[in-house]
Amino acid sequence: MRDVAIIGVGDTEFGELWDLSFREIGIEAGLKAIQDAGIAGQQIDALFVGNMSAGKFIEQEHVAPLVSDYSGLSPRHIPTYRIESAGACGAAALACAHMSVASGIYNIVVVGGAEKMTDVGDTQAAEILSATADQEWESVFGATFASLYAMMARRHMYNYGTTREQLASVAVKNHKNGSLNPNAQYRREITPEMVLKAPPVAEPLGLFDCAPLSDGAAAVVLCPLDTAKRFTDTPVKIAGYGQSSDTLALHDRRDITTMDATVIAAKKAFHTAKLKPEDIQLAEVHDNFTITEVMAIEDLGFVKKGEGGPATEDGKTALNADVSVNTSGGLKARGQPVGATGLAQAVEVVRQLRGECDKRQVDDAEIGLTHNLGGTGASAVVHILRRVN
Amino acid sequence: MEVGIVSYGGYIPRWRIRPQDIASTWGSDGDAISRGLNILSKSVPSPDEDVITISVEAARNLMKKVKIDPRDIGAIYVGSESHPYAVKPSATVVAEAIEASPNLTAADYEFACKAGTAAIQTCMGLVSSGMTKYGIAIGSDTSQGAPGDPLEYSASAGGAAFLIGMDDVVATIDNTVSYTTDTPDFWRREGQTYPKHGGRFTGQPAYFKHVLTCAQRLFEEAGTKSDDYDYVVFHQPNGKFPLSAGRKLGFSKEQMETGLLVPKIGNTYSGAVLLGLANILDEAEPGSRIFAIGYGSGAGSDGFDITVMDTIERIRTNATPTIMEMVENANFIDYATYAKFRGKIRL
Repeated sequence: MRDVAIIGVGDTEFGELWDLSFREIGIEAGLKAIQDAGIAGQQIDALFVGNMSAGKFIEQEHVAPLVSDYSGLSPRHIPTYRIESAGACGAAALACAHMSVASGIYNIVVVGGAEKMTDVGDTQAAEILSATADQEWESVFGATFASLYAMMARRHMYNYGTTREQLASVAVKNHKNGSLNPNAQYRREITPEMVLKAPPVAEPLGLFDCAPLSDGAAAVVLCPLDTAKRFTDTPVKIAGYGQSSDTLALHDRRDITTMDATVIAAKKAFHTAKLKPEDIQLAEVHDNFTITEVMAIEDLGFVKKGEGGPATEDGKTALNADVSVNTSGGLKARGQPVGATGLAQAVEVVRQLRGECDKRQVDDAEIGLTHNLGGTGASAVVHILRRVN
Repeated sequence: MEVGIVSYGGYIPRWRIRPQDIASTWGSDGDAISRGLNILSKSVPSPDEDVITISVEAARNLMKKVKIDPRDIGAIYVGSESHPYAVKPSATVVAEAIEASPNLTAADYEFACKAGTAAIQTCMGLVSSGMTKYGIAIGSDTSQGAPGDPLEYSASAGGAAFLIGMDDVVATIDNTVSYTTDTPDFWRREGQTYPKHGGRFTGQPAYFKHVLTCAQRLFEEAGTKSDDYDYVVFHQPNGKFPLSAGRKLGFSKEQMETGLLVPKIGNTYSGAVLLGLANILDEAEPGSRIFAIGYGSGAGSDGFDITVMDTIERIRTNATPTIMEMVENANFIDYATYAKFRGKIRL
């Protein structure tokens, strides 16, 4: 197995991109990543695309060759792969691409993630997202995605005394970080009062506890670490990798206040990277709801179980605190184009490790982590990225 | 001789409901919604009022200001998205009510909220070409918002009528331009009770794109800039959009405030920009210049560059209440009464 490096990153603005189509945002992110890596089209061996539900959002399947074609690569007939793993498909695509380079099958691959969610109405979009839960046992009985996460929040409050204010502090922090990110969907700070007074979505979660529906794309370029310096002075090594799955339905879980998939994926990632949670300086974690980030920072080992709420409220996960969590603004403020989120996390961490993040820069960033979830935690992918000097 | 406005009249039902009363029914924060939309109350038609009665009232108010022979009115167009009949014109009832029939052409227009401004342009063409001496253009609505839909906080009722001609003009229409695309931001299909809309899609790619582009085209056509105008009025689906559009075009709050009626009466749809324009004409000094941009979903904008003449004083009589008197003549009702008035309670 070869070590693999990220040598190029690119992304689009996230938000309601009314004037841009799926193919346009996919190509924009991909071309930016290719330009950043300084490679030419004829050097690309394969394309991996993370996408959750183009079939339902824009009635277009077969999106991997589509992106290749509209990027001008069709004459080269490169292999293209579409990876679907609900909210984790971006990171799962990165994982598959990583394996393909590590194994020696391909040398240079492009990994993109994209979702165009605003071509359908809000209600329809919510239904499409709920399809990532168990259709036969959850969605069909009326469980929405938010209501399932609301149950986790309620139980977390009951077990550990987590408060509504602590959940709100996740949204406040991520909006503050988002205000420093020119590509974020929401670039305004919010107050705890705004979160607490927002209309309920599924109590205890309100509107500001939920990540938005977004359009957007992100992409990275991978190559073997030993050739990475040919393309960039600042390669970023994929130092650790872990992916795990769990029961599809929430009610079948051992414990709904912890995501075993995250715990196991994180263990694998830390093991392969030969690092511990306390080595991580910054982390992009899956915060589709505020409770998700609270559980994630516990399950990743940054804080003890049950202490995610107080730690966030006390500022321990703020920019340049103990561990800087969601410096991009996270799914909450940076935006949630589902298929792109995992790649956007990788793009943010790479930029942090390169020192390119301006006002939201983590001091002396060398090691960062990404955590991407699918469904209510039936899929989890963790990557640890490390700057190579 | 220049084409322009010879007379005008408006009508606003006196019933009002506050956003707080609507919000309390649906478990929402009425104060926050009121602030967010910049709407303090909206007008509500009584059970006996519809687009025909509102149009007739507006047309009668228009006729009370001038001494013209109604038989010289060769065209009447009523623009609305809530005509009481799917098949049978509203315009014929107006024509009979003001004794303009039978030797005239009449039709109903529909272009979401801008059918009234489209009717003005049609009348301008007819009178400019000499096909008819006068034409009446009306924009009037009893707009629909589904129970619980965000539209319920703004969709209101009212209308205004404009007499267009070449003789005895009180305000000249110096330039008019339009900007139209197929942009499906808001629609109601045949047989449906309530419209559907694309949420925030109704903002940037719809309202703002069309209003701002039309405004730029009008500046170019007229060779003017924002400072050249004393008043500006936009279509006003809520109290925020027109102020935001105005700021982007360089207009001041003072230039915008007279034309902005939506905070007190809500969005009267086809009547909105025309009632705002009528309120400006109620107070504008001779020589004042007015910049008016309508907007209709679907989508398009019509823009008008208007100059008020000395003759405006002639039609300022006590024969009709002013637009502001109609705005202030408000009786507040609760949600239950509102539901009854709007036919939301089915027996």
